[in-house]
Amino acid sequence: MSHDGDESPKRTPLHALHEGLGARMVPFAGWEMPVQYPTGILKEHAAAREGAALFDVSHMGQVTLRAREGGVEAAALALESLTPAALAKLAPGRQRYCLLTNEAGGILDDLMVANRGDHLHLVVNAANADADFAHLAEQLSGACELERLDRALIALQGPEAARIVTACGADVSAMKFMDVAEIEVAGRPAVASRSGYTGEDGFEISLVPADAPGVAEALLAAGATPAGLGARDSLRLEAGLPLHGSDIDETTSPVEAALTFAVAKARRPDGARPGGFPGAERILDELEMGPKRLRVGLKPEGRAPFRAHVPLFESEAAAEPAGEVTSGAFGATAGGPVAMGYLPPAFAAPGREVWGEVRGKRLSATVQPLPFVPHRHHR
Amino acid sequence: MKFTEDHEWLVLDGDVVTVGITDHAAEQLGDVVFVELPEVGDEFAESAEIATIESVKAASEINAPVTGEIVAINAAIVENPALVNQDPLGEAWFFKMKIEDTSALDAFMSEDEYKAFIA
Repeated sequence: MSHDGDESPKRTPLHALHEGLGARMVPFAGWEMPVQYPTGILKEHAAAREGAALFDVSHMGQVTLRAREGGVEAAALALESLTPAALAKLAPGRQRYCLLTNEAGGILDDLMVANRGDHLHLVVNAANADADFAHLAEQLSGACELERLDRALIALQGPEAARIVTACGADVSAMKFMDVAEIEVAGRPAVASRSGYTGEDGFEISLVPADAPGVAEALLAAGATPAGLGARDSLRLEAGLPLHGSDIDETTSPVEAALTFAVAKARRPDGARPGGFPGAERILDELEMGPKRLRVGLKPEGRAPFRAHVPLFESEAAAEPAGEVTSGAFGATAGGPVAMGYLPPAFAAPGREVWGEVRGKRLSATVQPLPFVPHRHHR
Repeated sequence: MKFTEDHEWLVLDGDVVTVGITDHAAEQLGDVVFVELPEVGDEFAESAEIATIESVKAASEINAPVTGEIVAINAAIVENPALVNQDPLGEAWFFKMKIEDTSALDAFMSEDEYKAFIA
């Protein structure tokens, strides 16, 4: 029997591999995903910092965008109507981080957009994939042809990532951070970007589903450590990277989220193509006047992690919270708990002491510049 | 050794019961990164929240299995929370409680019963 809204979670092409490796599977964004392997989250986290960790991120949505008339630049200009990014000059073989904004200046999703020569290739969050595709189709199908791809995505992250893909036959010697190229890995054709969600050097490898298990097995055999969603979360937190749905959402603006780098110069008032994206009024106003709240890094003084929704106070005695933690975890590389949250700009300067209320107790934390662990991308 | 449905183990010595979490609980929690213990002299009623464990994944509470007074805590697991994963049934005991009614332990599971419970 089936019921509406009671669909069983989807499985990625690597499902059998996860089960064979003894992964603990959990439901995530409509998918059944590995949260950890018997290795444990701390060691999986360490693998990405010291060796190479392999993540199945096949749950993420992949979409191609082709202009009905004109080339890739026409598709890029069409997509610019939905994002404050500058995409028209994005060179072939390059990828950029973008925000899809709404009319209220909030963030519908964050995504990667790659120029693949004759079309754009988008990688979006799993939880938003359906909504993003509907939004893109509604807004852009006049000018562009959209295709939702059935592709697996394998992320290989860490200082050993390049050595391991090379050992599997891929030539990535010419690729730098945020480059995208067609490669052959373990004998299968793939589209790889030199990017990721950990702050480390690494690759995200897009494959037809049938090729994914063989490629994953080859990468593991060459020395990669399988890692799950648990390590992925602590790694991205240490790298200062926001998670949509937790740290950024439909109500947070790019300026509040400290993502002003994603509001391109060309789209600002004195730029070449000012405004013209959803929520431009609020976003450009906040750029000039400052936001009401700001995403910050927080380092709790003690060992107790500050988890999501811990209220933040400007003093130990303050009655009303000034803000809230949006995500927090134990940072294995940082050597203690790390968190992100929102505070009014007056309390958001690095070094400022604030208090979080954890199980009824006010605990001290310090505002920290992000990232907690320096990025080590291959530039 | 007795076991609770909350995955605690208890060992009685006279009128003092030593409490820890089972290897099954430690495995389910994943890597433990933070432990908060009560203070010696604190008194707790049965089922009251007595300690907190945080793993890399989530926080969980430990409730007092029986009514009693804390007479010792294991500072080693506060200093080194990973001990809870390494030796949950031994070195990583949580606290010792002096209890009045030692017969309260009769209600808990034997090792075989606990094994059946988690199977």
